[in-house]
Amino acid sequence: MGIPYSYSFRNLWTRRLTTILTASGMALVVFVFAVTMMLAEGLRKTLIDTGSYDNVVVIRKGAGSEVQSGVERSQASIVAGQPEVAIGEGGLSLLAKELVVLINLPKRISNKPANVVIRGVGPVSLALRPQVKLVLGRMPRPGSAEVIAGKNVAERFQGGGPGETLRFGMRNWTVVGVFDAGNTGFNSEIWGDVDQLMQAFRRPVYSSVIFRLRDSSGFDSVRERIEHDPRLSLEAKRETRFYADQSEAMTKFLRILGITLTIIFSLGAVIGAMITMYAAVANRTTEIGTLRALGFMRSSILAAFILESLFLGLLGGMVGLFFASFMQLVTISTMNWQTFAELAFGFNLTFEIAWKSLLFSLFMGFAGGLLPAARAAGMNIVAALRST
Amino acid sequence: MNSTVIRPPIVRIRNLTKSYQRGNQNIPVLMDIDFDIADGEFLALMGPSGSGKSTLLNLIAGIDKADTGQIVIGGVDIALLTEAELARWRSTNVGFIFQFYNLIPVLTAFENVELPLLLTALSRKERCEHVETVLRLVNLEERMDHYPSQLSGGQQQRVAIARAIITDPTILVADEPTGDLDRLSAEDILTFIDRLNREFGKTVIMVTHDPRAAEKAHLVRHLEKGVLSDN
Amino acid sequence: MFFLKLIIRNAFRHRLRTVLTVVGVAIAVMAFGLLSTLVGLWYLGVESSSATRLVTRNSISLVFSLPVAYKDRIRQVPGVKSVSWGNWFGGVYIEPKNFFPNFAVEPGSYLGLYPEFILPPDQKAAFLLDRRGAVAGRKLAEKYRWKTGDQITLKGTIFPGEWPFVLRGIYRGAQKSTDETQFFFNWNYLNETLKKTVPRRADQVGFYMTGVSRPDQAAEVSVAIDTLFHNSLAETLTETEKAFQLGFVSMTEAIMVAIRIVSYVVIVIIMVVAANTMAMTARERMGEFATLKTLGFGPWYIALVVFGESITISMVGGFTGVLLTFPAACWIEAELSQFFPVFNISPMTIYLDLLASFTVGVTAAVFPTWRGVTIGIAEGLRRVG
Repeated sequence: MGIPYSYSFRNLWTRRLTTILTASGMALVVFVFAVTMMLAEGLRKTLIDTGSYDNVVVIRKGAGSEVQSGVERSQASIVAGQPEVAIGEGGLSLLAKELVVLINLPKRISNKPANVVIRGVGPVSLALRPQVKLVLGRMPRPGSAEVIAGKNVAERFQGGGPGETLRFGMRNWTVVGVFDAGNTGFNSEIWGDVDQLMQAFRRPVYSSVIFRLRDSSGFDSVRERIEHDPRLSLEAKRETRFYADQSEAMTKFLRILGITLTIIFSLGAVIGAMITMYAAVANRTTEIGTLRALGFMRSSILAAFILESLFLGLLGGMVGLFFASFMQLVTISTMNWQTFAELAFGFNLTFEIAWKSLLFSLFMGFAGGLLPAARAAGMNIVAALRST
Repeated sequence: MNSTVIRPPIVRIRNLTKSYQRGNQNIPVLMDIDFDIADGEFLALMGPSGSGKSTLLNLIAGIDKADTGQIVIGGVDIALLTEAELARWRSTNVGFIFQFYNLIPVLTAFENVELPLLLTALSRKERCEHVETVLRLVNLEERMDHYPSQLSGGQQQRVAIARAIITDPTILVADEPTGDLDRLSAEDILTFIDRLNREFGKTVIMVTHDPRAAEKAHLVRHLEKGVLSDN
Repeated sequence: MFFLKLIIRNAFRHRLRTVLTVVGVAIAVMAFGLLSTLVGLWYLGVESSSATRLVTRNSISLVFSLPVAYKDRIRQVPGVKSVSWGNWFGGVYIEPKNFFPNFAVEPGSYLGLYPEFILPPDQKAAFLLDRRGAVAGRKLAEKYRWKTGDQITLKGTIFPGEWPFVLRGIYRGAQKSTDETQFFFNWNYLNETLKKTVPRRADQVGFYMTGVSRPDQAAEVSVAIDTLFHNSLAETLTETEKAFQLGFVSMTEAIMVAIRIVSYVVIVIIMVVAANTMAMTARERMGEFATLKTLGFGPWYIALVVFGESITISMVGGFTGVLLTFPAACWIEAELSQFFPVFNISPMTIYLDLLASFTVGVTAAVFPTWRGVTIGIAEGLRRVG
């Protein structure tokens, strides 16, 4: 014989203040839990979308990032001659020798300078990155001082908008187009003609060579050949892997922060729930005795109190998730420690995160309610009835 | 010692009314009460539950506010006092004895009795002496370091009596002082209250259900549905 | 005294509840302390920077270098006391997770500009003499158990290859805030090696450090230096060390702001938990409060009792939390050395911890006190039993 569910709910309603306090504590925890997962997910999504599995990035051995890397012209030509490089329409090989440098540009709102990546691109650079789409204007003409800007740069940096000019490398550069690269890091870049940029920055070497594989399975053999060629001292990585490695520190940092915070916070919330439920049991000792005297089993009492606590957790979970969902409107932009370039990513609420958060809130409710419920169920009828 | 009528009244109550709001219903509790209590009186207020006797007691003790009417105690109209003045007045003029003793569970018998003295200017040593004297009076000097939970009901009530008289108030107010006690302890408590009235001249106002308790009083008044009737 | 006794006994009346609350507050205070320390470390470089040191770098960005020949022209700028230069080396010790800042610097002038790096005279002499010599901060040396004379090899990320050094000195910081985790070595070693391997990259420096006599000269000298190289192949950007550090730090500001917000959220969560405890406690004590009022105790006494109990519990939790912070910091230092080579709890953090727990105690007591003070005595007495 079970105790009606309404008994548990009404009790929560009767002690509104305590219920609200406990549930809001849990809501905050679930909020933090969901938000850190959303952030990690947002970063992951950005990284995944930035690279293509069939693309290979070649940089100098040990450089870690394109900015620190240098690939001599002769070395780049050797890479370009590899048989694994795919050939696109018109017989052009799908390979780009690129230059990547950082420049400081002031932001529009704060006027504070931040690092922006300038990428010197070749004719097939755009084709190599299907996720990058020109949304406004046109591509820069080869041999001209024209650039296109990623969406974030166009919006947030002075002189980054279409028709505006940027000054760097002792020249003025006109922004002739804006590209959108979805979730990816390219949105924080400026692209221009590689030869023009190398001249402007007086860099005689490329930063990286990117190419599409003719056949996805050809990666191991081409990597083997590039990394063991004594003339090269370069390393090759799949593009997906390359970007994941580059943000490894950030990913790890966010993950550890998220896990630590969640553990600490949930301990706090479970304690809060325990205090509440213990008090609920203590206040209703006589009532519990009466219920037992009326013939309700110990298990029914246990169930009623656990249900009450689970409901408390779920209430907090839903409120927390509700507020967390608004975080999707926020974009975090920060410097990636490994590349010194700006890395922008959002909070991404997935169905998985949603149900995990709710499950987590139920777990907190359960953990907080278990001991008090056990105490309630274990009470001696006579003693409970006698206590005032 | 016959003291009923000769002395002037210490409590004068005129046109006293009090009602409670329950939901949107107005429930009258006391209706137009007029009566006097003489100095040194031992009065028992009786009546069925909900008759308003506890409310009347609370009003006299200055822990509840009347809707209209006058309560003059020892020449002071307590309805005119502010919250803070009332608190000060209570601490020197009224001693309370409750049905459930209302001792502070984390304080020892000694400390519970000492509590009201903290509002006076007495030194620690003087307080100590006072408390010991009073505890001796209620025969609890050996139990003064015990916590309420280590005392029987009757003993707890004796601590409460000691606490009530420690400041030497003029009026003692008791709300069902024997309501939670067995017969023997009840007898004991009533003897004490009676002694306080006879030997120390305290005016005692006691609400009770218990006819045996009422017997000890010199005067019994009945309250029924908010109206006072003579016995 | 009497009330102190009452408060303390009250605080431990519901032992389980009090213990749970204390643990909750302790955990929150610990988290708050660790997070504030984290944010503080981020800004450590800014705080320990001097107003009489200027940083000159390529105006395009940090990854571009400047010709070493600029040093002579900078030296001639009026107001300049001394000039040093160096490169961010970005070397890796054994594996990438062992991160610490490492630079190639012109040794004599660099140590002159950084009087807060205290090096014993014999070690300093040895460092200046040895072309492959290097100096490490005390904390860094402790961490990897380096002793002077040890050979230390860094793997270059910006400058390829294996770079062996000999540790010639271990510096201590003059102030508490001085960074004792830096590693620097002789710039000439870097430059001469580059001359042989990549001549194109030789004779280039990443930054110039310029010392001025008085802070008020900083702006003037900065402008003078930048004007000197205006319209040249490598234009410069000069700013005070503080501004430079701040600019660097502000690029990761978003994350630091988030962490700071989170550290306050922790405190809010525990406030809610503590407020809940106090609300329940006060509800149970309404009868006692009414009794006290009956005896003539005014609202201040009720407030004293409730606030006292609340603050006692929260402060016990606060102190426990502070004690827990230290082992936790050690753990972080061991596990997360990639991000925090040192993770030191500053006295300021401890004050803030205690202030936070005090605030929790006060906040938690407000509502229950108000209830206890305003409740009618007659009503309160009815709740007895």
